[in-house]
Amino acid sequence: MDIIVEGIKQAFILLFTLDREVLGITWLSLKISGSATFLSMFIGVSVGTAVALNQFPGRRFVVSLINTGMGLPPVVVGLFVTIFLWRNGPFGFLEMLYTPTAIVIAQTVIATPIVMGISLAAIQSLPANLRLQILALGATRLQMVWILVKEARLPLLAAVMAGFGGVISEVGASMMVGGNIKGYSRVLTTATVMETGKGNFAIAMALSIILLLLAFTVNVVLTQIQQRDRPR
Amino acid sequence: MNIPHLDVPEGKVISLIGPNGAGKSTLLLTLARLLKSSQGNIIFKGKKIDSNHTLIDYRRHLAMVFQEPLLFDTTVFENVATGLKIRGMRHDEMKQVVADYLERFGIGHLAGRSARKLSGGEAQRTSLARAFATKPEIVFLDEPFSSLDPPTRESLIEDLDRILRETGTTTIMATHDQMEALRLSDQIAVMNQGKIAQIGTPESVMNSPADEFVASFVGVETILNGEIVRTGAGTVICRVKNKEIEAVGDAKPGERVVCCIRPEHVTLSTTLSGGGVSARNTFAGKIVKIAPMGLFYKISLDCGFFLTAYVTAPSVENLTLQEGKSVFASFKATAVHLIRRSV
Repeated sequence: MDIIVEGIKQAFILLFTLDREVLGITWLSLKISGSATFLSMFIGVSVGTAVALNQFPGRRFVVSLINTGMGLPPVVVGLFVTIFLWRNGPFGFLEMLYTPTAIVIAQTVIATPIVMGISLAAIQSLPANLRLQILALGATRLQMVWILVKEARLPLLAAVMAGFGGVISEVGASMMVGGNIKGYSRVLTTATVMETGKGNFAIAMALSIILLLLAFTVNVVLTQIQQRDRPR
Repeated sequence: MNIPHLDVPEGKVISLIGPNGAGKSTLLLTLARLLKSSQGNIIFKGKKIDSNHTLIDYRRHLAMVFQEPLLFDTTVFENVATGLKIRGMRHDEMKQVVADYLERFGIGHLAGRSARKLSGGEAQRTSLARAFATKPEIVFLDEPFSSLDPPTRESLIEDLDRILRETGTTTIMATHDQMEALRLSDQIAVMNQGKIAQIGTPESVMNSPADEFVASFVGVETILNGEIVRTGAGTVICRVKNKEIEAVGDAKPGERVVCCIRPEHVTLSTTLSGGGVSARNTFAGKIVKIAPMGLFYKISLDCGFFLTAYVTAPSVENLTLQEGKSVFASFKATAVHLIRRSV
């Protein structure tokens, strides 16, 4: 029991004294996962909407691919991003491996299918005649897509939340492509793994609490946005 | 679908009636160019709708209301404003127009309400207001009242009728309810299996169906346009082509009505019986046509207006009915079903 009580005590001390290292790791996690979510939102929502609204040969296959992608194991993504960015890999000249940018790339690859799959389902679940109704109101194709996206804003925000939730808690890919370099590419999850391995449970617990709080805060903010313009 | 040609005169209300699957919705969607026809063209005011540019321009001159209200998840005000926003109208002007149309459809008090919290009737009113707010030149209505309960439907039809007459908007409405069609339309097109079986005035379609299908679909009632000339004790007198028909109903003098008379309610006699008969309406007429209908005969009469009667085979024999013969036709005031046309 001591180990837990002592751990929690130290964790709170680290949190409330605003430990520099812990703060740095938190900020980096937020920046990396935020950027990855942002990128995946653009790619995921636009491609998901496009697939939902268009008929083309092989559409079913594409939808299956997207749905499979929603469950993409982070370590597999980590492996492939590592290979691509490896010194003599196809993008080795960019010298990006073991940088925060590499983590952003890996996390974007993980989050994009999640956002895409949920967006696709969201747009598809709108009434079939709604598109015709919008066009009958004189909308151009672009205006129609915009109105549909606004109409599906609740599930679309859920898609973004799911994407963020997927990457902020992901550890495998971040470890592989970021390298867990202290003060440079160390994020909350990789740090937690390392500190736990070293037996530093207090720090590990502090990092875990931050991780939970972070996920909670971001979701509270997104929920606020989601519910904001709900009329009476 | 196979419709070689359809002229839609400006300012008229055309109803498309027909059974489910007759192609009413498909025709509406094709006319609104929301579905592409495999052949043929839509000519709007002499211009062919072919390019993307003319298409958007065309769609901005029309509006469509579906059976489901298809409202956006926002306020009633924002819903009605959508078409105007799409056209890039200035905000202050838009506010005026939206308020005006909310008022016209009797939903001004709901402006700030969420569209998700409306009753069926309120939602359909919002949908109609959204369509009319863009001041369309043509309105397509796809069974707009089908999912409403009768009292709600009645009041909405009344309002729509008034607004159609006020604005003079060309309207094409799909419906499977004859009464709705009779009430609102200048022309009725009966559709069957992707074709227009007959198109004409309500009177001509109802009274002289072009074929068996039309006859069986529109029913067999005699339809007469008339005007109320005076009212009596519980009855009204309706003038139909110089003749006066007495009917039970609630209407005011000067009102335009449609009188519907079922042929089984019409009795024929060869002599004018003196008194002692409860039938309030008796007219002298000539038999135009006798058609066997299985167990009975359908007698078409010209009494100064068109009237149909059903009689049995023995009666035809006893009265020696034949084409060209003069007879007297009687029906009770209660046999006349009145439909008010608010114009």
